Amino acid sequence: MTGIGQAAADLVPALLQTLSDVLPIILLLFVFQIVVLRRPLRHPGRKLIGLGYVVAGLALFGAGLESALFPLGRSMAAQLTAPEFLGLAEGEIGPPSAYLWVYVFAAAIGFATTVAEPALITVSIKAEQVSAGTIRAFPLRLAVALGVAVGVALGTYRIVSGTPLHWYIMAGYLLVAAQTIWAQRVMIPIAYDSGGVTTSTVTVPVVSALGISLAAAIPGRSPLVDGFGLIAFASLFPIISVLAYAWTAAWLLRYRRWTRPR
Amino acid sequence: MRIPSSPALQPVRRSASASGRALRRFLRLFAGAGRDLAPLIGVVAFFQFVIFRQPLPDFESILLGLVFVVLGLAMFIHGLETSLFPIGEDMANALTAKASVPWLLVFAFGLGFGTTVAEPALIAVAGEAGKIAAEADMIEATPVAIEHWSNRLRQVVAVSVGSSIVLGVMRIIRGWPIHFIVIGGYMVVLVMTAFTPPEFVGIAYDAGGVTTSTITVPLVAALGVGLSTGIRGRSPVTDGFGMIALASLFPIIFVLGYGMVS
Repeated sequence: MTGIGQAAADLVPALLQTLSDVLPIILLLFVFQIVVLRRPLRHPGRKLIGLGYVVAGLALFGAGLESALFPLGRSMAAQLTAPEFLGLAEGEIGPPSAYLWVYVFAAAIGFATTVAEPALITVSIKAEQVSAGTIRAFPLRLAVALGVAVGVALGTYRIVSGTPLHWYIMAGYLLVAAQTIWAQRVMIPIAYDSGGVTTSTVTVPVVSALGISLAAAIPGRSPLVDGFGLIAFASLFPIISVLAYAWTAAWLLRYRRWTRPR
Repeated sequence: MRIPSSPALQPVRRSASASGRALRRFLRLFAGAGRDLAPLIGVVAFFQFVIFRQPLPDFESILLGLVFVVLGLAMFIHGLETSLFPIGEDMANALTAKASVPWLLVFAFGLGFGTTVAEPALIAVAGEAGKIAAEADMIEATPVAIEHWSNRLRQVVAVSVGSSIVLGVMRIIRGWPIHFIVIGGYMVVLVMTAFTPPEFVGIAYDAGGVTTSTITVPLVAALGVGLSTGIRGRSPVTDGFGMIALASLFPIIFVLGYGMVS
Protein backbone atom coordinates (compact mmCIF):
# COMPACT_ATOMS: atom_id res chain seq x y z
CA MET A 1 0.00 0.00 0.00
CA THR A 2 1.53 3.29 -1.09
CA GLY A 3 -0.44 5.22 1.54
CA ILE A 4 1.79 3.99 4.36
CA GLY A 5 5.05 4.78 2.54
CA GLN A 6 3.82 8.23 1.64
CA ALA A 7 2.64 8.86 5.20
CA ALA A 8 6.01 7.75 6.58
CA ALA A 9 7.83 10.09 4.19
CA ASP A 10 5.54 12.92 5.30
CA LEU A 11 6.33 12.20 8.91
CA VAL A 12 9.96 13.39 8.89
CA PRO A 13 9.36 17.07 7.99
CA ALA A 14 6.26 16.92 10.20
CA LEU A 15 8.45 15.90 13.14
CA LEU A 16 10.84 18.80 12.56
CA GLN A 17 7.96 21.26 12.21
CA THR A 18 6.41 19.92 15.40
CA LEU A 19 9.65 20.30 17.28
CA SER A 20 9.78 23.99 16.39
CA ASP A 21 6.09 24.34 17.37
CA VAL A 22 6.65 22.95 20.84
CA LEU A 23 9.97 24.73 21.41
CA PRO A 24 8.56 28.03 22.83
CA ILE A 25 6.60 26.38 25.62
CA ILE A 26 9.50 24.06 26.50
CA LEU A 27 11.94 26.99 26.59
CA LEU A 28 9.54 29.01 28.73
CA LEU A 29 9.10 26.28 31.31
CA PHE A 30 12.80 25.43 31.51
CA VAL A 31 14.02 29.03 31.62
CA PHE A 32 11.56 29.84 34.38
CA GLN A 33 12.56 26.73 36.27
CA ILE A 34 16.24 27.67 36.16
CA VAL A 35 16.22 31.50 36.24
CA VAL A 36 13.23 32.41 38.36
CA LEU A 37 12.57 29.42 40.61
CA ARG A 38 16.24 28.29 40.71
CA ARG A 39 15.20 24.75 41.46
CA PRO A 40 16.23 21.55 39.69
CA LEU A 41 13.49 19.78 37.80
CA ARG A 42 11.92 16.80 39.52
CA HIS A 43 11.99 13.55 37.50
CA PRO A 44 13.89 15.05 34.53
CA GLY A 45 14.10 11.69 32.74
CA ARG A 46 10.42 11.03 32.85
CA LYS A 47 9.70 14.57 31.68
CA LEU A 48 12.12 14.24 28.78
CA ILE A 49 10.39 11.04 27.66
CA GLY A 50 7.07 12.86 28.03
CA LEU A 51 8.28 15.63 25.75
CA GLY A 52 9.26 13.00 23.20
CA TYR A 53 5.70 11.70 23.35
CA VAL A 54 4.33 15.23 22.89
CA VAL A 55 6.39 15.83 19.75
CA ALA A 56 5.77 12.39 18.23
CA GLY A 57 2.05 12.52 19.05
CA LEU A 58 1.62 15.96 17.57
CA ALA A 59 3.41 14.92 14.36
CA LEU A 60 1.26 11.78 14.04
CA PHE A 61 -1.87 13.81 14.67
CA GLY A 62 -0.83 16.26 11.97
CA ALA A 63 -0.35 13.42 9.48
CA GLY A 64 -3.77 11.99 10.38
CA LEU A 65 -5.30 15.43 10.04
CA GLU A 66 -4.18 15.70 6.44
CA SER A 67 -5.20 12.20 5.43
CA ALA A 68 -8.40 11.77 7.48
CA LEU A 69 -10.03 14.71 9.24
CA PHE A 70 -9.78 17.30 6.47
CA PRO A 71 -10.77 14.85 3.68
CA LEU A 72 -13.67 13.67 5.82
CA GLY A 73 -15.02 17.22 6.15
CA ARG A 74 -14.43 17.91 2.45
CA SER A 75 -16.01 14.67 1.31
CA MET A 76 -19.11 15.19 3.45
CA ALA A 77 -19.50 18.75 2.12
CA ALA A 78 -19.07 17.54 -1.46
CA GLN A 79 -21.69 14.81 -1.07
CA LEU A 80 -24.15 17.05 0.76
CA THR A 81 -24.00 19.69 -1.97
CA ALA A 82 -23.86 17.36 -5.00
CA PRO A 83 -26.54 18.53 -7.46
CA GLU A 84 -27.91 15.01 -7.96
CA PHE A 85 -28.29 14.58 -4.18
CA LEU A 86 -30.12 17.92 -3.93
CA GLY A 87 -32.16 17.28 -7.06
CA LEU A 88 -30.85 20.41 -8.78
CA ALA A 89 -29.48 20.92 -12.28
CA GLU A 90 -25.69 21.37 -12.62
CA GLY A 91 -24.72 24.93 -11.60
CA GLU A 92 -28.21 25.79 -10.40
CA ILE A 93 -28.42 27.65 -7.09
CA GLY A 94 -31.14 26.18 -4.91
CA PRO A 95 -33.03 28.15 -2.29
CA PRO A 96 -31.55 27.82 1.24
CA SER A 97 -34.30 25.31 2.04
CA ALA A 98 -32.89 22.91 -0.57
CA TYR A 99 -29.86 22.36 1.65
CA LEU A 100 -31.76 20.92 4.58
CA TRP A 101 -29.46 17.90 4.98
CA VAL A 102 -26.47 20.22 5.31
CA TYR A 103 -28.04 21.80 8.40
CA VAL A 104 -29.03 18.41 9.80
CA PHE A 105 -25.49 17.10 9.34
CA ALA A 106 -23.99 20.24 10.90
CA ALA A 107 -26.28 20.01 13.91
CA ALA A 108 -25.60 16.28 14.34
CA ILE A 109 -21.82 16.77 14.19
CA GLY A 110 -22.02 19.68 16.64
CA PHE A 111 -24.17 17.80 19.12
CA ALA A 112 -22.41 14.43 18.95
CA THR A 113 -18.87 15.75 19.30
CA THR A 114 -19.75 18.12 22.13
CA VAL A 115 -21.86 16.00 24.43
CA ALA A 116 -18.99 13.55 25.06
CA GLU A 117 -16.24 16.20 25.24
CA PRO A 118 -14.06 15.51 28.34
CA ALA A 119 -13.33 19.19 29.01
CA LEU A 120 -17.06 19.90 29.06
CA ILE A 121 -17.76 17.05 31.49
CA THR A 122 -15.21 18.53 33.91
CA VAL A 123 -16.63 22.03 33.61
CA SER A 124 -20.22 20.90 34.07
CA ILE A 125 -19.45 18.95 37.24
CA LYS A 126 -17.69 22.02 38.61
CA ALA A 127 -20.66 24.20 37.67
CA GLU A 128 -23.02 21.89 39.56
CA GLN A 129 -20.93 22.43 42.69
CA VAL A 130 -20.74 26.21 42.29
CA SER A 131 -24.43 26.76 41.68
CA ALA A 132 -25.46 25.03 44.93
CA GLY A 133 -27.69 22.58 43.12
CA THR A 134 -29.75 24.82 40.83
CA ILE A 135 -27.60 23.71 37.88
CA ARG A 136 -27.25 20.00 37.15
CA ALA A 137 -24.24 18.62 35.34
CA PHE A 138 -26.03 16.54 32.71
CA PRO A 139 -28.66 19.10 31.59
CA LEU A 140 -25.86 21.66 31.43
CA ARG A 141 -23.95 19.38 29.07
CA LEU A 142 -27.09 18.98 27.00
CA ALA A 143 -27.53 22.76 26.93
CA VAL A 144 -23.98 23.26 25.69
CA ALA A 145 -24.29 20.49 23.08
CA LEU A 146 -27.61 21.90 21.86
CA GLY A 147 -25.99 25.34 21.69
CA VAL A 148 -23.17 23.99 19.53
CA ALA A 149 -25.65 22.08 17.34
CA VAL A 150 -27.81 25.16 16.73
CA GLY A 151 -24.69 27.29 16.26
CA VAL A 152 -23.03 25.08 13.62
CA ALA A 153 -26.34 24.54 11.80
CA LEU A 154 -27.01 28.28 11.71
CA GLY A 155 -23.42 28.79 10.58
CA THR A 156 -23.93 26.49 7.60
CA TYR A 157 -27.19 28.31 6.84
CA ARG A 158 -25.21 31.53 6.77
CA ILE A 159 -22.75 30.04 4.28
CA VAL A 160 -25.58 28.77 2.09
CA SER A 161 -27.47 32.06 2.19
CA GLY A 162 -24.32 34.18 1.93
CA THR A 163 -25.30 36.68 4.63
CA PRO A 164 -22.51 38.56 6.44
CA LEU A 165 -21.00 36.75 9.42
CA HIS A 166 -20.74 39.75 11.72
CA TRP A 167 -24.50 40.36 11.77
CA TYR A 168 -25.06 36.95 13.35
CA ILE A 169 -22.15 37.23 15.73
CA MET A 170 -23.07 40.73 16.85
CA ALA A 171 -26.74 39.85 17.33
CA GLY A 172 -25.53 36.89 19.36
CA TYR A 173 -23.29 38.95 21.60
CA LEU A 174 -26.01 41.56 22.13
CA LEU A 175 -28.21 38.70 23.31
CA VAL A 176 -25.39 37.51 25.58
CA ALA A 177 -25.03 41.04 26.99
CA ALA A 178 -28.75 41.20 27.71
CA GLN A 179 -28.74 37.74 29.28
CA THR A 180 -25.74 38.70 31.42
CA ILE A 181 -27.76 41.43 33.11
CA TRP A 182 -30.24 38.90 34.45
CA ALA A 183 -27.83 36.02 35.05
CA GLN A 184 -26.67 34.79 38.43
CA ARG A 185 -23.19 36.18 39.05
CA VAL A 186 -21.55 32.79 39.62
CA MET A 187 -22.80 31.46 36.31
CA ILE A 188 -21.35 34.25 34.14
CA PRO A 189 -17.70 33.09 33.94
CA ILE A 190 -18.78 29.44 33.55
CA ALA A 191 -21.13 30.31 30.70
CA TYR A 192 -18.50 32.44 28.95
CA ASP A 193 -15.92 29.69 29.26
CA SER A 194 -18.29 27.03 27.97
CA GLY A 195 -18.07 28.73 24.59
CA GLY A 196 -14.34 28.18 24.37
CA VAL A 197 -14.02 24.66 25.72
CA THR A 198 -16.51 23.05 23.36
CA THR A 199 -14.41 23.15 20.22
CA SER A 200 -12.07 20.21 20.55
CA THR A 201 -9.01 19.26 18.56
CA VAL A 202 -10.89 16.59 16.63
CA THR A 203 -13.96 18.72 15.89
CA VAL A 204 -12.22 21.86 14.66
CA PRO A 205 -10.58 20.38 11.53
CA VAL A 206 -13.72 18.54 10.40
CA VAL A 207 -16.01 21.52 10.97
CA SER A 208 -13.69 24.05 9.32
CA ALA A 209 -13.14 21.77 6.30
CA LEU A 210 -16.92 21.39 6.08
CA GLY A 211 -17.40 25.17 6.01
CA ILE A 212 -14.66 25.86 3.47
CA SER A 213 -15.80 23.10 1.10
CA LEU A 214 -19.42 24.15 1.47
CA ALA A 215 -18.53 27.70 0.44
CA ALA A 216 -16.48 26.33 -2.47
CA ALA A 217 -19.27 24.01 -3.64
CA ILE A 218 -22.14 26.50 -3.59
CA PRO A 219 -22.14 28.78 -6.63
CA GLY A 220 -21.51 32.43 -5.80
CA ARG A 221 -19.80 31.84 -2.44
CA SER A 222 -16.11 32.48 -1.79
CA PRO A 223 -14.28 30.08 0.55
CA LEU A 224 -12.25 32.95 1.98
CA VAL A 225 -15.14 35.30 2.76
CA ASP A 226 -17.91 32.77 3.47
CA GLY A 227 -16.06 29.57 4.38
CA PHE A 228 -14.81 30.55 7.82
CA GLY A 229 -16.95 31.35 10.81
CA LEU A 230 -18.39 27.96 11.83
CA ILE A 231 -16.04 27.74 14.82
CA ALA A 232 -17.15 31.23 15.86
CA PHE A 233 -20.77 30.07 15.84
CA ALA A 234 -19.83 26.97 17.81
CA SER A 235 -18.16 29.18 20.44
CA LEU A 236 -20.96 31.74 20.69
CA PHE A 237 -24.16 29.72 20.93
CA PRO A 238 -23.22 27.62 23.97
CA ILE A 239 -22.87 30.89 25.94
CA ILE A 240 -26.45 31.77 25.04
CA SER A 241 -27.81 28.30 25.76
CA VAL A 242 -25.98 27.99 29.10
CA LEU A 243 -27.14 31.41 30.31
CA ALA A 244 -30.66 30.52 29.18
CA TYR A 245 -30.50 27.19 30.97
CA ALA A 246 -29.14 28.75 34.17
CA TRP A 247 -31.83 31.40 34.10
CA THR A 248 -34.59 28.88 33.46
CA ALA A 249 -33.30 26.57 36.19
CA ALA A 250 -33.22 29.39 38.74
CA TRP A 251 -36.67 30.54 37.68
CA LEU A 252 -38.12 27.06 37.94
CA LEU A 253 -36.58 26.61 41.36
CA ARG A 254 -38.10 29.86 42.55
CA TYR A 255 -41.54 28.80 41.45
CA ARG A 256 -41.15 25.34 42.96
CA ARG A 257 -41.92 23.64 39.74
CA TRP A 258 -38.50 22.09 39.59
CA THR A 259 -38.59 18.36 39.03
CA ARG A 260 -35.22 16.74 39.19
CA PRO A 261 -34.14 15.53 35.76
CA ARG A 262 -32.60 12.17 35.54
CA MET B 1 16.11 14.52 48.69
CA ARG B 2 18.38 16.55 46.40
CA ILE B 3 19.77 13.67 44.40
CA PRO B 4 21.03 14.94 41.06
CA SER B 5 19.63 12.44 38.60
CA SER B 6 20.61 12.28 35.00
CA PRO B 7 17.96 11.48 32.40
CA ALA B 8 19.79 8.29 31.53
CA LEU B 9 19.50 6.95 35.09
CA GLN B 10 15.79 7.43 35.41
CA PRO B 11 14.40 4.45 33.45
CA VAL B 12 16.69 2.02 35.28
CA ARG B 13 15.24 3.02 38.62
CA ARG B 14 11.72 2.34 37.44
CA SER B 15 10.51 -1.15 38.29
CA ALA B 16 8.77 -3.53 35.91
CA SER B 17 5.40 -2.94 37.55
CA ALA B 18 5.76 0.79 37.01
CA SER B 19 6.28 0.35 33.30
CA GLY B 20 3.31 -2.02 33.21
CA ARG B 21 1.27 0.70 34.87
CA ALA B 22 2.48 3.21 32.31
CA LEU B 23 1.44 0.86 29.51
CA ARG B 24 -2.02 0.39 31.02
CA ARG B 25 -2.38 4.13 31.40
CA PHE B 26 -1.35 4.63 27.81
CA LEU B 27 -3.90 2.07 26.63
CA ARG B 28 -6.56 3.90 28.61
CA LEU B 29 -5.57 7.14 26.89
CA PHE B 30 -5.70 5.36 23.55
CA ALA B 31 -9.25 4.24 24.36
CA GLY B 32 -10.07 7.78 25.46
CA ALA B 33 -8.86 9.28 22.19
CA GLY B 34 -10.89 6.66 20.33
CA ARG B 35 -13.94 7.60 22.36
CA ASP B 36 -13.42 11.29 21.43
CA LEU B 37 -13.53 10.28 17.82
CA ALA B 38 -16.46 7.85 18.09
CA PRO B 39 -19.34 10.38 17.89
CA LEU B 40 -17.78 11.95 14.79
CA ILE B 41 -17.39 8.55 13.12
CA GLY B 42 -20.94 7.63 14.11
CA VAL B 43 -22.49 10.72 12.50
CA VAL B 44 -20.39 10.38 9.34
CA ALA B 45 -21.22 6.66 9.05
CA PHE B 46 -24.93 7.33 9.51
CA PHE B 47 -24.95 9.92 6.72
CA GLN B 48 -22.79 7.79 4.46
CA PHE B 49 -24.81 4.60 4.69
CA VAL B 50 -28.32 5.79 5.52
CA ILE B 51 -28.62 9.13 3.70
CA PHE B 52 -26.14 8.89 0.80
CA ARG B 53 -26.21 5.05 0.58
CA GLN B 54 -22.74 5.02 -0.91
CA PRO B 55 -19.34 3.76 0.24
CA LEU B 56 -17.09 6.49 1.63
CA PRO B 57 -14.61 7.76 -0.98
CA ASP B 58 -10.92 7.09 -0.10
CA PHE B 59 -12.03 4.82 2.71
CA GLU B 60 -8.61 3.19 3.25
CA SER B 61 -6.55 6.36 3.52
CA ILE B 62 -9.14 7.94 5.81
CA LEU B 63 -9.11 4.87 8.03
CA LEU B 64 -5.31 4.95 8.20
CA GLY B 65 -5.45 8.67 8.97
CA LEU B 66 -7.96 8.11 11.77
CA VAL B 67 -5.60 5.54 13.32
CA PHE B 68 -2.87 8.21 13.15
CA VAL B 69 -5.18 10.75 14.78
CA VAL B 70 -6.12 8.43 17.65
CA LEU B 71 -2.55 7.24 18.19
CA GLY B 72 -1.17 10.77 17.88
CA LEU B 73 -3.68 12.26 20.32
CA ALA B 74 -3.09 9.47 22.83
CA MET B 75 0.70 9.93 22.70
CA PHE B 76 0.36 13.70 22.79
CA ILE B 77 -1.89 13.72 25.86
CA HIS B 78 0.22 11.07 27.60
CA GLY B 79 3.27 13.24 26.97
CA LEU B 80 1.52 16.38 28.21
CA GLU B 81 0.44 14.67 31.41
CA THR B 82 3.92 13.42 32.22
CA SER B 83 5.89 16.51 31.19
CA LEU B 84 4.35 19.89 30.48
CA PHE B 85 1.33 19.76 32.81
CA PRO B 86 3.23 18.91 36.02
CA ILE B 87 5.93 21.48 35.21
CA GLY B 88 3.33 24.12 34.40
CA GLU B 89 1.28 23.45 37.51
CA ASP B 90 4.32 23.43 39.80
CA MET B 91 5.40 26.68 38.26
CA ALA B 92 2.02 28.37 38.56
CA ASN B 93 1.90 27.37 42.23
CA ALA B 94 5.48 28.44 42.91
CA LEU B 95 4.99 31.81 41.21
CA THR B 96 1.78 32.45 43.14
CA ALA B 97 3.58 31.61 46.37
CA LYS B 98 6.45 33.90 45.40
CA ALA B 99 3.91 36.70 44.89
CA SER B 100 6.07 38.46 42.33
CA VAL B 101 3.57 40.17 40.04
CA PRO B 102 6.01 41.12 37.22
CA TRP B 103 7.33 37.55 36.89
CA LEU B 104 3.80 36.24 37.09
CA LEU B 105 2.77 38.45 34.18
CA VAL B 106 5.82 37.47 32.13
CA PHE B 107 5.02 33.83 32.82
CA ALA B 108 1.35 34.36 31.93
CA PHE B 109 2.30 35.85 28.59
CA GLY B 110 4.80 33.11 27.82
CA LEU B 111 2.31 30.43 28.80
CA GLY B 112 -0.38 31.82 26.52
CA PHE B 113 2.04 32.32 23.65
CA GLY B 114 3.85 29.01 23.98
CA THR B 115 0.77 26.84 24.34
CA THR B 116 -1.05 28.52 21.46
CA VAL B 117 1.79 28.26 18.94
CA ALA B 118 1.83 24.49 19.55
CA GLU B 119 -1.97 24.08 19.56
CA PRO B 120 -2.88 21.34 17.01
CA ALA B 121 -6.29 22.82 16.14
CA LEU B 122 -4.73 26.21 15.39
CA ILE B 123 -1.99 24.64 13.26
CA ALA B 124 -4.74 22.91 11.28
CA VAL B 125 -6.91 25.97 10.72
CA ALA B 126 -4.00 28.33 9.98
CA GLY B 127 -2.67 25.92 7.36
CA GLU B 128 -6.08 25.67 5.73
CA ALA B 129 -6.51 29.45 5.85
CA GLY B 130 -3.14 29.86 4.11
CA LYS B 131 -4.21 27.58 1.25
CA ILE B 132 -7.52 29.41 0.85
CA ALA B 133 -5.79 32.81 0.92
CA ALA B 134 -3.47 31.63 -1.86
CA GLU B 135 -6.39 30.35 -3.94
CA ALA B 136 -8.08 33.73 -3.55
CA ASP B 137 -4.92 35.51 -4.77
CA MET B 138 -4.44 37.27 -1.47
CA ILE B 139 -0.91 35.91 -1.22
CA GLU B 140 1.38 34.13 -3.68
CA ALA B 141 0.42 30.53 -4.33
CA THR B 142 3.81 29.06 -3.45
CA PRO B 143 4.29 26.66 -0.53
CA VAL B 144 6.83 29.04 1.03
CA ALA B 145 4.48 32.04 0.87
CA ILE B 146 1.60 29.97 2.23
CA GLU B 147 3.65 28.62 5.10
CA HIS B 148 5.01 32.07 5.88
CA TRP B 149 1.49 33.51 5.93
CA SER B 150 0.03 30.79 8.14
CA ASN B 151 2.98 30.94 10.54
CA ARG B 152 2.50 34.71 10.80
CA LEU B 153 -1.18 34.18 11.50
CA ARG B 154 -0.34 31.69 14.24
CA GLN B 155 2.13 34.12 15.79
CA VAL B 156 -0.46 36.89 15.82
CA VAL B 157 -2.95 34.57 17.51
CA ALA B 158 -0.30 33.39 19.99
CA VAL B 159 0.62 36.97 20.96
CA SER B 160 -3.06 37.72 21.44
CA VAL B 161 -3.60 34.70 23.69
CA GLY B 162 -0.49 35.67 25.66
CA SER B 163 -1.91 39.17 26.17
CA SER B 164 -5.28 37.77 27.16
CA ILE B 165 -3.73 35.56 29.85
CA VAL B 166 -1.87 38.62 31.18
CA LEU B 167 -5.17 40.48 31.39
CA GLY B 168 -6.82 37.42 32.94
CA VAL B 169 -4.14 37.30 35.65
CA MET B 170 -4.53 41.05 36.28
CA ARG B 171 -8.26 40.51 36.50
CA ILE B 172 -7.89 37.84 39.16
CA ILE B 173 -5.39 39.94 41.14
CA ARG B 174 -7.55 43.07 41.00
CA GLY B 175 -10.93 41.34 41.05
CA TRP B 176 -12.34 43.01 37.92
CA PRO B 177 -15.65 41.52 36.81
CA ILE B 178 -15.32 39.43 33.67
CA HIS B 179 -18.45 40.54 31.84
CA PHE B 180 -17.41 44.20 31.49
CA ILE B 181 -14.19 43.13 29.78
CA VAL B 182 -15.90 40.59 27.54
CA ILE B 183 -18.86 42.75 26.49
CA GLY B 184 -16.56 45.76 26.01
CA GLY B 185 -14.23 43.58 23.98
CA TYR B 186 -17.01 42.51 21.66
CA MET B 187 -17.96 46.17 21.15
CA VAL B 188 -14.37 46.69 19.98
CA VAL B 189 -14.76 43.69 17.66
CA LEU B 190 -17.94 45.21 16.22
CA VAL B 191 -16.24 48.51 15.46
CA MET B 192 -13.11 46.87 14.03
CA THR B 193 -15.17 44.57 11.77
CA ALA B 194 -16.40 47.63 9.88
CA PHE B 195 -12.81 48.58 8.97
CA THR B 196 -11.37 45.14 8.22
CA PRO B 197 -11.23 43.60 4.73
CA PRO B 198 -14.04 40.99 4.56
CA GLU B 199 -11.55 38.19 3.79
CA PHE B 200 -10.19 38.47 7.30
CA VAL B 201 -13.44 38.63 9.24
CA GLY B 202 -14.27 34.91 9.09
CA ILE B 203 -10.72 33.81 9.91
CA ALA B 204 -10.54 36.31 12.78
CA TYR B 205 -13.81 35.16 14.34
CA ASP B 206 -12.78 31.52 14.06
CA ALA B 207 -9.37 32.23 15.58
CA GLY B 208 -11.15 32.85 18.89
CA GLY B 209 -12.58 29.36 19.10
CA VAL B 210 -9.65 27.31 17.88
CA THR B 211 -7.08 28.63 20.32
CA THR B 212 -8.62 27.04 23.34
CA SER B 213 -8.27 23.30 23.17
CA THR B 214 -5.85 20.54 24.09
CA ILE B 215 -2.78 22.26 25.54
CA THR B 216 -4.02 25.73 26.41
CA VAL B 217 -7.11 24.93 28.47
CA PRO B 218 -5.54 22.67 31.13
CA LEU B 219 -2.44 24.82 31.67
CA VAL B 220 -4.35 28.10 31.73
CA ALA B 221 -7.03 26.64 33.99
CA ALA B 222 -4.29 25.45 36.37
CA LEU B 223 -2.87 28.97 36.48
CA GLY B 224 -6.31 30.53 37.09
CA VAL B 225 -7.30 28.10 39.82
CA GLY B 226 -3.86 28.28 41.46
CA LEU B 227 -3.94 32.08 41.51
CA SER B 228 -7.46 32.48 42.80
CA THR B 229 -6.81 29.91 45.51
CA GLY B 230 -3.65 31.73 46.58
CA ILE B 231 -5.12 35.25 46.72
CA ARG B 232 -7.37 36.07 49.64
CA GLY B 233 -10.89 37.11 48.73
CA ARG B 234 -10.89 35.24 45.41
CA SER B 235 -12.72 32.01 44.88
CA PRO B 236 -11.28 29.42 42.52
CA VAL B 237 -14.70 28.63 41.10
CA THR B 238 -15.83 32.13 40.14
CA ASP B 239 -12.46 33.80 39.52
CA GLY B 240 -10.67 30.72 38.20
CA PHE B 241 -13.13 30.56 35.33
CA GLY B 242 -13.20 33.30 32.74
CA MET B 243 -9.63 32.98 31.50
CA ILE B 244 -10.77 30.89 28.51
CA ALA B 245 -13.35 33.53 27.60
CA LEU B 246 -10.60 36.15 27.35
CA ALA B 247 -8.41 33.76 25.39
CA SER B 248 -11.28 33.39 22.91
CA LEU B 249 -11.89 37.14 22.63
CA PHE B 250 -8.40 38.57 22.13
CA PRO B 251 -7.46 36.55 19.03
CA ILE B 252 -10.49 38.05 17.24
CA ILE B 253 -9.33 41.59 17.98
CA PHE B 254 -5.69 40.88 17.09
CA VAL B 255 -6.44 39.07 13.82
CA LEU B 256 -8.86 41.83 12.78
CA GLY B 257 -6.07 44.31 13.54
CA TYR B 258 -3.63 42.19 11.54
CA GLY B 259 -6.09 42.25 8.64
CA MET B 260 -6.36 46.02 8.86
CA VAL B 261 -2.61 46.65 8.68
CA SER B 262 -1.65 43.96 6.14
